[in-house]
Amino acid sequence: MNISITVNGKVHTHDIEPRVSLAQFLRENLDLTGTHIGCDTSGCGACTITLDGSAVKSCTLLAVQADGGEITTIEGMANGDEMHPIQAAFKENHGLQCGFCTPGMVMTAVDILKNNADPTEEEIRHGLEGNFCRCTGYHNIVKSIQHAAEQMKG
Amino acid sequence: METFIGKPIKRREDARFLKGAGRYTDDIKLPKMTHSAFVRSPYAHANVRSIDTTEANKADGVVAIYTGSDSCGTFGVPCGWQVDFKNGETMREPLHPLLAKDKIKHVGEAVAIVIAETLEQARDAAELVQVDYESLPAVTDPRKAMEPGAPLVHEEWPDNASFDWCIGNDRAEVEAALDSAHYVTEMEFRNQRLAPNAIEPRSYIADYDVNSGKWTLYTSTQNPHLIRLLLCAFVLGIPEHKVRVVSYDVGGGFGSKIYHYTEEALLTWASKEIGRPIKWTSDRTEAFLTDAHGRDHVVKSKMGFDKEGKIVAHLTDEFCAMGAYLSTFAPAVPTYLHGTLFQGVYTTPLIHLNVTAPFTHTVAVDAYRGAGRPEATYLLERMISKAAKEMDIDPADLRFKNFIPPFDGVNEPGYQTQVALQYDSGNYHGVLKRGLEMLGYEDFRKEQAVARASGKLLGVGISTYIEGCGIAPSAVVGSLGARAGLYEVGAVRVQPTGKVSVFTGSHSHGQGHETVFAQFVADKLGIPMDDVEIEHGDTDQVAFGMGTYGSRSLSVGGSAIIKSVEKILEKGAKIAAHKLEAAEEDLEYAEGKWTVKGTDKSVSFGDVSLTAYVPHDYPEGLEPGLDFSSFYDPTNFTYPFGTHIAVVEVDSDTGKVTLKRFVACDDVGNVMNPMIVDGQIQGGVVQGVGQALLEEVIYDESGQMLSGSYMDYAMPRADDIPMIETDRTVTPCPHNPLGVKGAGEAGAIGATPAVVNAVVDALAHLGVTDIQMPLTPQRVWKAMQN
Repeated sequence: MNISITVNGKVHTHDIEPRVSLAQFLRENLDLTGTHIGCDTSGCGACTITLDGSAVKSCTLLAVQADGGEITTIEGMANGDEMHPIQAAFKENHGLQCGFCTPGMVMTAVDILKNNADPTEEEIRHGLEGNFCRCTGYHNIVKSIQHAAEQMKG
Repeated sequence: METFIGKPIKRREDARFLKGAGRYTDDIKLPKMTHSAFVRSPYAHANVRSIDTTEANKADGVVAIYTGSDSCGTFGVPCGWQVDFKNGETMREPLHPLLAKDKIKHVGEAVAIVIAETLEQARDAAELVQVDYESLPAVTDPRKAMEPGAPLVHEEWPDNASFDWCIGNDRAEVEAALDSAHYVTEMEFRNQRLAPNAIEPRSYIADYDVNSGKWTLYTSTQNPHLIRLLLCAFVLGIPEHKVRVVSYDVGGGFGSKIYHYTEEALLTWASKEIGRPIKWTSDRTEAFLTDAHGRDHVVKSKMGFDKEGKIVAHLTDEFCAMGAYLSTFAPAVPTYLHGTLFQGVYTTPLIHLNVTAPFTHTVAVDAYRGAGRPEATYLLERMISKAAKEMDIDPADLRFKNFIPPFDGVNEPGYQTQVALQYDSGNYHGVLKRGLEMLGYEDFRKEQAVARASGKLLGVGISTYIEGCGIAPSAVVGSLGARAGLYEVGAVRVQPTGKVSVFTGSHSHGQGHETVFAQFVADKLGIPMDDVEIEHGDTDQVAFGMGTYGSRSLSVGGSAIIKSVEKILEKGAKIAAHKLEAAEEDLEYAEGKWTVKGTDKSVSFGDVSLTAYVPHDYPEGLEPGLDFSSFYDPTNFTYPFGTHIAVVEVDSDTGKVTLKRFVACDDVGNVMNPMIVDGQIQGGVVQGVGQALLEEVIYDESGQMLSGSYMDYAMPRADDIPMIETDRTVTPCPHNPLGVKGAGEAGAIGATPAVVNAVVDALAHLGVTDIQMPLTPQRVWKAMQN
C-alpha cells in the first residue's frame, strides 16, 4: 500500500505491507531508530511518538493508519544542536540512565505539557503511567518534567 | 583549577540518548544482513518426535533453517561457576544445547532457527515449521523438584539436584543454641521468581567475513570480553583473535545481560554457514521465556535470641531453583553471593545455611540486581522485625542492640564473619540513626497511633542491609568455584597533544561511566574533563575486561584505570625531570604540571605528552610514548551498607498498599558523582518495591508461564511510587585507591524487606505476622480477614 506521512516536517511516501507497524516503518524504512520497541504490545511506551500532536504508541498502530498524518519523533525534537526544553530538562535532572525508554518518556512529556502547562507531581505521574522505566525509579523523570514545565512557562 | 570528583557533573552520554541517536544493537543495519526467528517449544517437558521444515524451506525469502540435527546441535553454552555437592560429588552440569534436539526442558526452548531476507519472512516461515511433541509431566517448584517421584529434568541423574551446599558453623551446634535460646522466631516463605525486564530486549547481530575469516558479534551484553571468551573457547571452538565483540549502547541489564545465551552462539555459527550477517532481536514474550530470571528460593528459617534481645543463632534451609540448565553464574547466586551475607550487620555468633539447588522445568535462574544478597537481606530483615514485634521490642532498638560496632578497616581491623567474609569497613549505627532522623521516626509512631484509632492503617518498615560488591579477588573466587578471574583492565593512552583516551573493560548500560570515569581521571591528571574520553564495549579496542555486574565498575574497573594513571604520572615525571634539569624527587605534580618544589620552574602535562611522542631531547634509555594498560585484582570485596525505611498505608476495604514515603540512607564509601549515585539508589529502590508489591513470574503445574507479558507481569509504574528521599554517610573502602564501594544494587537489596515490614507493621494489630510476596491487594486483604 502507498502511504504518505509527514515525519519531523518532511513528507515520506512509501509502498509498504499493510501489516507493518508504525514503529517498524519509522525504524526500518526511515532509519529513525530513536523510536524504540520494548514490548510490541503498548505495555512499555518506549515507542511513543506524537501523531497529529498527541502521544501514541507506534508499535500498536499500523503505518497505514498514520497515512496522511503528521508525526514527530525524538529525532525531530531538537532544533539543530539546541535541545528542546524537555530534552534539556532530562539532562539537567538526570532523568535518564540507559536511555532506552527515554525517547518515549520525552514524547509522552510533550503530550503531558501540551494538555497541562502546570501539572502537579500526581498529574505527571498519572501521565507517565503508560511508560516503563526500569532504571530511574521515575524520581528524576518526574523532576525533569516539572523542570521543563517551569522553563516552558517562563 | 576546577576539580570534578564528588560533584554532580551532568552526563556527557545524555545528548545522544536524548536526541534518539543511541547505538543499540537493534539500531544497526549491515549490508546483506539477514533476519532470524526461532521456533520455540510450547511445552515445558516433551519429547521431540520429529521436526519437519519442508514447507518452511519453500517459503518466500528463506535463506536457511537449522535444527538440533545440524552440526550446531552438538554445541552447548557453559556454566562459569562450579559448586560441588557437600559429599564431594561433582556438580551436575547438563549440556545446554544451542537448539534442543530430542528433549524439551522448558517452555520457550528453541528447536529451530529460521533465517530469511526480512524479519517478516523469517517469522512467517517459522510458523510453517512442524514439530511433533510428546508432552510430559513437569516440575517447576524447587521444593517439589526434590520430592521422590518428581519428574526428572535430566534423566541421567537419579534426582533433580544440581548440587547442595552449606556454610557457617556446625549445624548441631547451631541447633543446640536454638534449643536453649530465650526466644526463637520462625518463618517459611518463598522469595519469588522475578523477571529482570531491561526495557531493551536482547539483540544480536553476527557477521562473518569470508575474506578475513573474522567474525564481528554485535551484542547487548554487560561483558563483551567474557562473551568472546566463552563463545570461542567453550562453545564453538573458534579462534579468539578472529572474533570481535561489540556492545555499544545497552538498554539496561540488571544482570540479565551478563550471561552467554544460546542465541548469540547460534547466530555466530550460522553466520559462517550462510556467509552473511544475521540479526535476531527478542520480543517481549521471548524475553520473559528465555532471559535468565532471578530469586526463586523456598526458605525455612529459625532465629534465636537471648533475654536482652541479642541474636544467639540462625539456622536456614533453602531450596533454590536453577531452572532447566545452569546459566553462566547461576550456582554462585544462592551460595557465595548469598550465604556469605548471612551475618548481615549483626554480631550473630552461630549461623548455618543449607542450600539444595534443584533443576526445574523452567528457564534458568541467575543473578538479578543484587543476586543472592537481596534474598539474604530479605530473610534477615524480616526475621529481625518479626522477632521485634513478638518480643515487644522496637525494631530499630533490636537492630541497634545487635549491630557490629563501627570499624574503619584501618585503625580497627575488618570484621571477620561466621560465613567466610571479612567486612572492609562499616558504621551500621550511623546509617540507622540518620535514616530514623530523616523519617522522623518517633513522630511517625505517634501519627500512626492516631491514624489507627481512626481506622487508618499506617505502617513503617525498617531494613538495615549490607552487601558484598566489587567482585573480587580472583584467587578467592577461584577457590570458591569461579572458572574465571574477576579483575578488571584499564588502559590510559595519552595522545601527543595531551588529550587522553581511557579504555575500560567495564561496560556502561546506564551507569554513566563515560562521565564518572572522566571525572576522576581528569582530577588525577589535573586536566579538563573535556580532555578525557572513555571508551568501552569493543573487544578490539580494550585489551580485556570482565565487565559490569556486582556493582564492580568503579571499585574494580576504576581502580585499574587509576593504576594506569599512576604509571602515566610516574613516567611523565621522568620526562619532566629531564626537561627541567631537576631530580625526579624534587618535583611535585599538581594542576596539570610538574613543578620543581619551591621554585616557579614547571612543565605542563601537555608539553610532557608531546615530548613523549617527539623524543628529540629525552631521558636516556626511556621508551617513547605515554600509554599504559593495567590489570587490577582487588584484595577484598567491598561492603556497602545502609538503612531503608518505608511508610505505607493499607486500604482497609481493598487491601491495596500505597507507598507513602521511602527513606534511604546508604553508605557506598566515597562518592564520585552524587547525582549518579542517587539515581542508582532511586532506581534500585523501585525495583525492590516492585518485588515487594507487584512482581512475580508464575509457572503453572505443567510448566506454562502465566506471566509472559506486560499485561500479566506487574512492574512499578510512575504512579505507584513516591519521591525517594536519599542521604548518605561516608565510610571509605580502605582497600581501593578511590575508597569506593559500589551503588548499583543497594536499592534493590534494602527496599524489599522495608516495604514488607511496613505492611506487616500496619496490620500487626490484626494479628498479621507475614504475607507472601508480592503483596497484592488480594493477599493483603486475605491476611486482614484471617
